[in-house]
Amino acid sequence: MRAPGLRTLAIATTVTLLAGYALAFFYAPLEVEGFIQKIFYLHVPLAVVALVGFIVAAVYAIQHLRKDDARYDAKSYVAIHMSVIFGTGALITGALWAKGQWGVWWEWREPTLVSFLIIFLLYATYYPLRYAVEDRDRQARYASVFAITAGAFVPLNFLAVRLAEPFIHPRTFSSAGGLPPEMLQSFLVCLLGMGLLWATLVRFELGAKAASADLGRLRRALDPESERPAGPRRSAAPVAVSATEGSAQ
Amino acid sequence: MEAYRALLGKDLRVELRTLRSLPAMTLFAVTTFVIFRFGLDRTELEGGLAAGVLVATLLFAAILAINRLFVAEREEGGFELIRLAPLDRTVLFASKASALFVYLTALELVAVPTFALFFLDSASALAPLVPVLLLANLGIAVTGTLISTIATMSSARDLLAPLILLPLLIPLVIAASGAAEPLLRADGPEYERFGTWLAVLGLYDLVFALVGYAVFDFLLED
Repeated sequence: MRAPGLRTLAIATTVTLLAGYALAFFYAPLEVEGFIQKIFYLHVPLAVVALVGFIVAAVYAIQHLRKDDARYDAKSYVAIHMSVIFGTGALITGALWAKGQWGVWWEWREPTLVSFLIIFLLYATYYPLRYAVEDRDRQARYASVFAITAGAFVPLNFLAVRLAEPFIHPRTFSSAGGLPPEMLQSFLVCLLGMGLLWATLVRFELGAKAASADLGRLRRALDPESERPAGPRRSAAPVAVSATEGSAQ
Repeated sequence: MEAYRALLGKDLRVELRTLRSLPAMTLFAVTTFVIFRFGLDRTELEGGLAAGVLVATLLFAAILAINRLFVAEREEGGFELIRLAPLDRTVLFASKASALFVYLTALELVAVPTFALFFLDSASALAPLVPVLLLANLGIAVTGTLISTIATMSSARDLLAPLILLPLLIPLVIAASGAAEPLLRADGPEYERFGTWLAVLGLYDLVFALVGYAVFDFLLED
């Protein structure tokens, strides 16, 4: 199997997410805000997982630079890729929540949402950066440098934005500690489920990349005439490295 | 240390002889002030608006220098020579960041008094602005050098540096504007949360100086 543990992870994700949202809808009490508050169980886990994913990508990037192993670059790339997708989801659900609660699509006085937007804008430049460096080794190294720099940026940015808004907006939750226990439990299950979903998708994409790299190699072995690479000449995605590549040579 | 002095001296000498960055930055900043005068339709600025105009203008002027920072190295093969020389490559990072810091400070020596002349009632805010601007310069210098190296080696060059740098510099802009806003109030400078913002700027500088020091070597490998 190209993505070991994928089946187990996928099953665990499905069970945890289903349980989490069942708890969120049927167990957790309805807040004063009304039904719109249920989006909390989707929005906050998406955002938290995306941020943790960016930090994980930075850790992979450090390992890539240290060990000079292209597999870590692929992991760092896929982690950022998934976190950008989760981040898009967090921004959209955040806008929906703001509309439902405060009647506006965007709220500048909500520091967490603003910090998140800035971090999202920074990571959105990861793709043009990779695309602009043609040499594959150099692309991988520069991408890792970016991932480390941006990883250090994440906490700093939260600090600066939070300080810029000294008068805390009336918020439902100052921290998870202020939640009634039923809500906190439901939230934690949803958070775990979202984290598992992220891990499953990362594992899946890494497996898919390795499979398509193997397929390309087999094609070339069968038909040496077709030397041209299948994809576009330049790509933002790292070279896929399969688990078998080392032993095949 | 000797290599650092030599590289920094080379950059400053080249700039003094060719004047490729500084006059353009200064002219750009002054023109941008005029653009804000008409864009905002204001002849006087104070508080948050003044801080925003000043910080945004300096930031965009800095981008000009950042885009040109490694042009000579790229065109004349300076990177290869640095690779060949038996020295720690982070010396190049330190010397380029120092050169950028000097450019930014020189730019502000002209642009900030001009800003005060154009828009401010009194010059009383200028003295307390000095530490804010120096710390901001340091932050722009380290992140600018790091991103400029990446951008110079890529095919997108001038496009990539502002694209990555602007979001990266937002915390610095928040802190610099946060410190400058009370200083530029119409009824004289106030020091509201001045120390907090200076600490944030200092932290930003420290974090990215360390990151730059740690990763710069990997940008020069071939």
